[in-house]
Amino acid sequence: MAKSLFDKIWDAHVVKAIPGGLEVFYIDRHLIHEVTSPQAFDELQERGLPLSRPKQILATADHNVPTRNQHLPIQDPLSRSQVDKLTENCAKFGVELFGLGHQYQGIVHVIGPELGVTQPGMTIVCGDSHTSTHGAFGAIAFGIGTSQVTQVMASQCLLISRPKRMRITVDGELRPGVTAKDIILYIIAQLGTGGATGYFVEYAGSAIRSLSMEGRMTVCNMSIEMGARGGLIAPDATTFNYLKGRPYAPQGERWEQAVAYWQTLYSEEGAEFESELTFDAAAIAPMITYGTNPGMGIALNSSIPVLGTDGEAASFNKSLAYMGFKPGESLLGKEINYVFIGSCTNSRIEDLRAVAAYVKGKHKAQHVEAIIVPGSKLVEKQAIEEGLDQVLAEAGFELREPGCSACLAMNDDKIPAGAYCVSTSNRNFEGRQGPGARTLLASPLVAAITAVEGRIVDITQYVN
Amino acid sequence: MEKFQTLRSGVVPLPIENVDTDQIIPARFLKSTTREGFGQNLFADWRYQPDGQPKADFVLNNPRYQGQILLAGKNFGCGSSREHAAWALYDAGFKVVISSYFADIFRGNALNTGLLPLQVSDEVLQGLFRQIELEPETQLVVDLPSQTLSIPVWDAAIGFELDAYKKECLINGYDDIDYLVSQRDAITTYEQLRKWVF
Repeated sequence: MAKSLFDKIWDAHVVKAIPGGLEVFYIDRHLIHEVTSPQAFDELQERGLPLSRPKQILATADHNVPTRNQHLPIQDPLSRSQVDKLTENCAKFGVELFGLGHQYQGIVHVIGPELGVTQPGMTIVCGDSHTSTHGAFGAIAFGIGTSQVTQVMASQCLLISRPKRMRITVDGELRPGVTAKDIILYIIAQLGTGGATGYFVEYAGSAIRSLSMEGRMTVCNMSIEMGARGGLIAPDATTFNYLKGRPYAPQGERWEQAVAYWQTLYSEEGAEFESELTFDAAAIAPMITYGTNPGMGIALNSSIPVLGTDGEAASFNKSLAYMGFKPGESLLGKEINYVFIGSCTNSRIEDLRAVAAYVKGKHKAQHVEAIIVPGSKLVEKQAIEEGLDQVLAEAGFELREPGCSACLAMNDDKIPAGAYCVSTSNRNFEGRQGPGARTLLASPLVAAITAVEGRIVDITQYVN
Repeated sequence: MEKFQTLRSGVVPLPIENVDTDQIIPARFLKSTTREGFGQNLFADWRYQPDGQPKADFVLNNPRYQGQILLAGKNFGCGSSREHAAWALYDAGFKVVISSYFADIFRGNALNTGLLPLQVSDEVLQGLFRQIELEPETQLVVDLPSQTLSIPVWDAAIGFELDAYKKECLINGYDDIDYLVSQRDAITTYEQLRKWVF
């Protein structure tokens, strides 16, 4: 029977099927960070269990780290103790750690791919819902809770049931100014914030294949925002070219063997999907969100909808009240106070280049605070090598040091209550960027233009 | 994990859809390295003013609603994978969350915490919201062995679905780790068979 990409990888990782539907599912790579791992290490020790496969774990400090003065001790005692605990646990259990100060430190979903740790055909988990990012390489990657982090630590396996399969095909050519971020914000707006719950999504079609690896990562990253367990894209020449020569990618003869295997990873003609959706790339416009979940997105030049159905009206109204917007109104012309470019969705070199290319020779609006937080030390290094830091500085943008930063505001990078922030991150939930902060999700290009204009504009007139 | 068999309790209604885990426990409270104490910050930004005073209009601050069952709008627990959301609910005294559907990761985290995510139809959920609004003291009975939710005031009992293995775990207070560790031989055999891949 014709097999889907998802089934090929999933089936290859079933250690044992248990009557009733659960499976013992093998995990190739386990990524950990300081926020969701300490309780798991403690649990392991309380039960007197060894760490099953330390070599298959990679650790970094990202969620809680400052983005200024990373060479100094962390000021916040709670953040410091969490990061210290990670360092201590990694040393004790023999786990490789790219902590603060390390040349490879960065956001866990940025460093895995850029180091070549993430590879096609793998299963990858992390105590973080945006683990779906790694699916861009044709891997089954998904976020797990801390109890599951303990399970993987103890056994290198999870006890889970197989999700349903969905294929989302985006065919055609993108319009100028429309990026990977717009594609995924558009898809989420069509499906809603819970529209893919229970599914694992394969993204396909010419518009997806034409994306760079950075773009594919942006798409897969936000799969969770429509409830999907994860998202993945069949690996191809773009994937192999990206991986070749990366520090943790296979080398020499092993590289040839790996590519031969990776080339078998695609959905065969006639493969089954419980749900299939197709979108026309040309119908997608630059997007922005107006509400408090990522499904509440619209084309920049359209208007906020007028109420949902009765059952949804209360939540919809609560959301708009929080944002200070009215049903039916346009966002064009709204003044913006902050622009945040960063997060595991959009903090890669391509994102920084897109911003720098637009702001070169321009300057941010006076009243806007614009910060750029690179996804990793390697991204930061490359940006400096390419002179992007100069371009950004001259445009009034502040280039910080790597971390999750204002995406979830665990560190000092918070948006004040009531302020509006156009953000390249992935969540516009109430208070996500700080208590009372109002987040509008958009692409790096939209964010850059907004920073310069100081208000929301229809970007189609700014791009050729 | 504590055992769960049967619960008779009042209900705390939260008729909001798409409640994300950032609302259940905001990220700035995730800095602890232990599992305890998250309950005091459950729904922190909905529950407290910036100065820490309780917001009178939030349901957890309303003494009319008491109980260990949270009744919530559809797609409860979406967003971040933080298990701290399930820990916070459990730490605050909740043993059951009823909704018309749950986000996948939250559902798994809840079951691993000993918190029962009980899924009902949209119709039943709306009926329960109306019932609780009308009579806040309404009691519900959740019986896990028979997988039924009883609503004595309606003289009705509704079945709910739960994976048979997960049900056994909850009833007996087991978690997945013991089982997975017991599979060590099968896992090692599997690893040897597919060594060539990586």
